[in-house]
Amino acid sequence: MKKDFPIFKNKINGKKLIYLDSAATSQKPQVVIDAILEFYKTYNANVKRGLYPIAEKATEKIGKVRQEVAKFINAINPEEIIFVRNTTEAINLVAYLVSHNIKREEGIITSTMEHHSNFVPWQQLALKKNADFLVLDIDENGFLDLDSGIKNYELRIKSAKIFAVAHVSNVLGTINPIKDIIKKVKEINPNILVLVDAAQSVPHLKVDVQDLGCDFLAFSGHKMMAGTGIGVLYGKKHLLNNMQPFMFGGEMIREVNIENTTFADLPHKYEAGTPDIAGIVSLGAAIEYLNSTGIENIQKHDNRLIKYALQKMEKIEGINIYGPRDLDRRSGVISFNINGVHPHDIAQVLGNMGICIRAGHHCAMPLHKRLGIPASARASFYLYNDEEDVDYLIKGIKEVKNIFSLI
Amino acid sequence: MDNLYIEEILEHYREPLNFGKLDKFDTSSRQLNPFCGDDMEIFVRFKNNAVEDIGFVGKGCAISIASASILTDYVKGKTKGELTKFSEKDMLSLLGIEVSETRKKCALLALAVLKDCF
Repeated sequence: MKKDFPIFKNKINGKKLIYLDSAATSQKPQVVIDAILEFYKTYNANVKRGLYPIAEKATEKIGKVRQEVAKFINAINPEEIIFVRNTTEAINLVAYLVSHNIKREEGIITSTMEHHSNFVPWQQLALKKNADFLVLDIDENGFLDLDSGIKNYELRIKSAKIFAVAHVSNVLGTINPIKDIIKKVKEINPNILVLVDAAQSVPHLKVDVQDLGCDFLAFSGHKMMAGTGIGVLYGKKHLLNNMQPFMFGGEMIREVNIENTTFADLPHKYEAGTPDIAGIVSLGAAIEYLNSTGIENIQKHDNRLIKYALQKMEKIEGINIYGPRDLDRRSGVISFNINGVHPHDIAQVLGNMGICIRAGHHCAMPLHKRLGIPASARASFYLYNDEEDVDYLIKGIKEVKNIFSLI
Repeated sequence: MDNLYIEEILEHYREPLNFGKLDKFDTSSRQLNPFCGDDMEIFVRFKNNAVEDIGFVGKGCAISIASASILTDYVKGKTKGELTKFSEKDMLSLLGIEVSETRKKCALLALAVLKDCF
């Protein structure tokens, strides 16, 4: 699989690249790079306006990718796919849309396991609107503890406007049983809107928005092998139709008069300005690559690597590993600490060996506080990783212990 | 960069000098480095306008703890005037290792806390 990704052909500072930071961003296969090049070399034009062949080709391409995205997550209608910059922008867009009609007595619910991008927008909205802000806790295995939440806060859930929750934790790798969670929450409050942060799930697991029953779902292209400036917001058509646009300007209008403006239909109503056309093209190529590999195969592959890595890591003395031990409910992420060594020192020693992992709070400070640790080191896997990468990781961890004289 | 974890730095990390709160101090300051989760507090006692004793407590990576250890030892006996002139560049050369842009925050945390003390 590595042969499809040109970055692995190069040595970095004379060392082989061992890339274990795909939860932050993924590497790009040649087919995606080629698609971007082909766009700029052969049909670069602005979309929707031009009446010449390359503009028509670019416009057609965007429509086609929108259909492919819809199919990929099983949305009923391509109009339910809004192109944005990334997951963060998608979530902020929904927070803005909701802000128009949230009433004071309606609350906002999220959880301690969220990435800041699915936490801070809701916290800020709650502060601005003086709305109830309920943060659901996790259980010892790192899963959203909905049952305790319902037991303790049923009334607050009943009166909430929106519930924003991660499908897969970017720190723990926990795969929340999101379909079941949505079902239970909607049983209590049929009017509640549910937004799923799918940044860590869409690249790794089969995600079916109709099956999950979510109202909104957000993900980023760059974590699934596309370019860095393209993300997706999925929203149910009737909800998007009934909400007010976020940005005004070009590409999103039907008619502009001096006195007023009527807005374009979905999805353009929410896509003001020239989109990241090259990014959309890259997303199309990435989805094609994912489809040809098979998302189920990627999940199996992640699972196999996690199992292999955890077996080896658990044998190392002085290591603390976070997240669920039930591997069927865990995605390709392993966060850990070594007693007596700061995660940044772990990442730096590994980095000097050509092994790329991440250290810090991974944009999840509430979760780290909940775990009672200031920071952690994180290795994350994707389809191009193999057992040899894990062996390097283990070697690196042993070197850290060696340098810090912990053996 | 490969020489970041030289034995001298690691020794300062393992057994930092001046680690601990002073019983009597004139001034103190505490700062957090949200990037790393580092937390450092420095206590200083002056005599005749010079540092008579200094201590620090905190949690952090090898670079930030070693920097605090080296800096606190260096400033003993120095006057306030001398400390005011002591720059970030001076701190990095005192540390004696080449630090990358992202790790400069760690290397300079102790200095920032110390400067905040007076």
